[in-house]
Amino acid sequence: MNTTTEPELGKETSAIEAIRQKEKWFTRIVKMQAFQIFLVLLVLVVVFSLLAPDTFAQFSNLRLVVQNASILAVLGVGMTYVIITSGIDLSIGSVLVFSGVVSAIVMRQVGGDNWGVAAIGIAVSIVLGILWGVLNGVLVAKAKVPPLIVTLGSLGMALGGAQILTGGVDLRDVPSVLTESIGYGNVFGSIPLISVIALVVIVLGAIVLHRTRFGLHTYAVGSSEEAARRVGVRVDRHLIRIYALSGGLAGLAGILSLSQFSTTAIAGQSQTNLNVIAAVVIGGTSLFGGYGTIFGTVVGLFIPAVLQNGFVITGVQPFWQQVAVGAVLIAAVYIDQVRRSSTRRGNSQKNRKWPIFGRKSPPQ
Amino acid sequence: MTTPVLEGRGLSRKFGFVSALDEADFEVFPGEVTALIGDNGAGKSTLVKALSGSLALDSGEIFFEGQPIVLSSPSQASLLGIETVYQDLALAPHLTPVQNVYLGRESMSRGIAGRLGFMNVPEMTNKSREAFEDLGATVRSLTAPVGSMSGGQRQAIAIARAVHWANRVIFLDEPTAALGVRQTKNVLDTIRRVRDKGIAVVFISHSMPHVIDIADRIQVLRLGTRVANITNSGTTMEELVGLMTGASTRTTP
Ligand SMILES: Nc1ncnc2c1ncn2[C@@H]1O[C@H](COP(=O)(O)OP(=O)(O)O)[C@@H](O)[C@H]1O
Ligand SMILES: [Mg+2]
Repeated sequence: MNTTTEPELGKETSAIEAIRQKEKWFTRIVKMQAFQIFLVLLVLVVVFSLLAPDTFAQFSNLRLVVQNASILAVLGVGMTYVIITSGIDLSIGSVLVFSGVVSAIVMRQVGGDNWGVAAIGIAVSIVLGILWGVLNGVLVAKAKVPPLIVTLGSLGMALGGAQILTGGVDLRDVPSVLTESIGYGNVFGSIPLISVIALVVIVLGAIVLHRTRFGLHTYAVGSSEEAARRVGVRVDRHLIRIYALSGGLAGLAGILSLSQFSTTAIAGQSQTNLNVIAAVVIGGTSLFGGYGTIFGTVVGLFIPAVLQNGFVITGVQPFWQQVAVGAVLIAAVYIDQVRRSSTRRGNSQKNRKWPIFGRKSPPQ
Repeated sequence: MTTPVLEGRGLSRKFGFVSALDEADFEVFPGEVTALIGDNGAGKSTLVKALSGSLALDSGEIFFEGQPIVLSSPSQASLLGIETVYQDLALAPHLTPVQNVYLGRESMSRGIAGRLGFMNVPEMTNKSREAFEDLGATVRSLTAPVGSMSGGQRQAIAIARAVHWANRVIFLDEPTAALGVRQTKNVLDTIRRVRDKGIAVVFISHSMPHVIDIADRIQVLRLGTRVANITNSGTTMEELVGLMTGASTRTTP
């Protein structure tokens, strides 16, 4: 064979690569969907502020927007994890209601209006949420039922369960220690406590997702379940934990909602799952799994929230909000599609299928 | 003769009516490059998967350093020092090269941070970079998702990962299929270096010149059965092709 002496190009100099990486750092941020959508949000805020400087751009108004988004943000953190694994959780709104209902019943039975009762109520709500999540997770991971179906089923079961327990009548006796603190209490003067709780969940959720092994495994399971399995990631156990996390946060949201509205609001959460999913997707998290950020989800929550608030204030019929959010949602998924087909050469065909309709089962 | 580090006896596996493996024997010795050759569909990839714990067998026995073992998962094989570069590479496309090298075997931070699940990213990055440089691999970026990289780069990452973790046996299922001339030479050099460390290398390739160039031992699969197990001395391409297609037979070492 004719082996001409090749130039020794073997080792790519790491120094060059380091420089390239620094340069790319900025362009990567700019290219991030979460960042682009953040710019959209900024533009919205600026436009509404110019149109209504005395009403929209007031601290009290923005405070209200943030406060109203807080419960959805808690749910959005869990949903981001779930969607990164290429799953979906439709049950969060019902689990929120169910946990809140049982928690309210337990607190009424225990009786009294003090932090002891409240602590029991909080624990009950979160634990019940986790249990619903574990049920979802086991059915998805072990029984291999598609997450869309599993969580559609548990949506119905949890909501039906809440109605059975209450006879369909909302419970309104929530301990005032909860309503006065979590419900409409403030810290640092006029920052709503409920928003601070949401912020803590967001920050912890982001740190765990982006900095820990748990987060890495979440991306890995969503990116390629088979690749994760082959290197020893315990995929089933991880999926169960992810759904448990989403359920647990729905349980936490249940107690937040109970505190904020002083009622179990059984009928009030029918759109919650779709609103949260829309926010996660608008924020750039891919429904195909493997990609997404908590930051994007938070931004994705504020787009509908700001639109709603801004339209009301500027006198546009608020129904336009739904139209606008729908358009943004479709645009976000379209952008994700384009990005995927341009970055995942060769693999696009195989992954056309919408993963939420069924997990890709390992070949053999 | 020394004990094989890994040995399979009478391995069988059916997919429906197709016998991918039919009473196949196979053995590899430390410090040797074993070429595993055979026509498309001969069962090479199936054999590799069975011996690396990612595929269950219908029947057959596996021995590790003379002891019978049951390989029920790839991570169990990893614990024994058996690593595999699968033909489909099995990388997670959204993760970076570094994350792919360390996925499932992350280095954790020291102390309480590690206990909380925080990873030692600088260490993983540095060791991965060393692994890529040892291979002479031109990995475009350590922080971009591997799904955005060329087939050759992905292959290099998968090989670097296996070399980084293997200390007994390494399976390379058609590792040079997507590589250019220089990258192929790097891979062959790496195989020699790994062998010289005393690790058993199993090299699957359709390139007979490469096989003759690098193998110490050649085992031929045909229709799921091993039809030849020969040492590589004075072997010719014609002979190997004859063995693969069934035109000639030879089973003595
Ligand atoms: N997951 C599978 N499902 C069904 N048939 C398979 C599967 N994997 C391999 N086979 C069949 O088993 C035989 C051996 O395949 P393989 O081991 O991939 O061969 P090779 O790697 O030597 O080309 C082929 O006939 C192939 O079609
Ligand atoms: Mg093959």
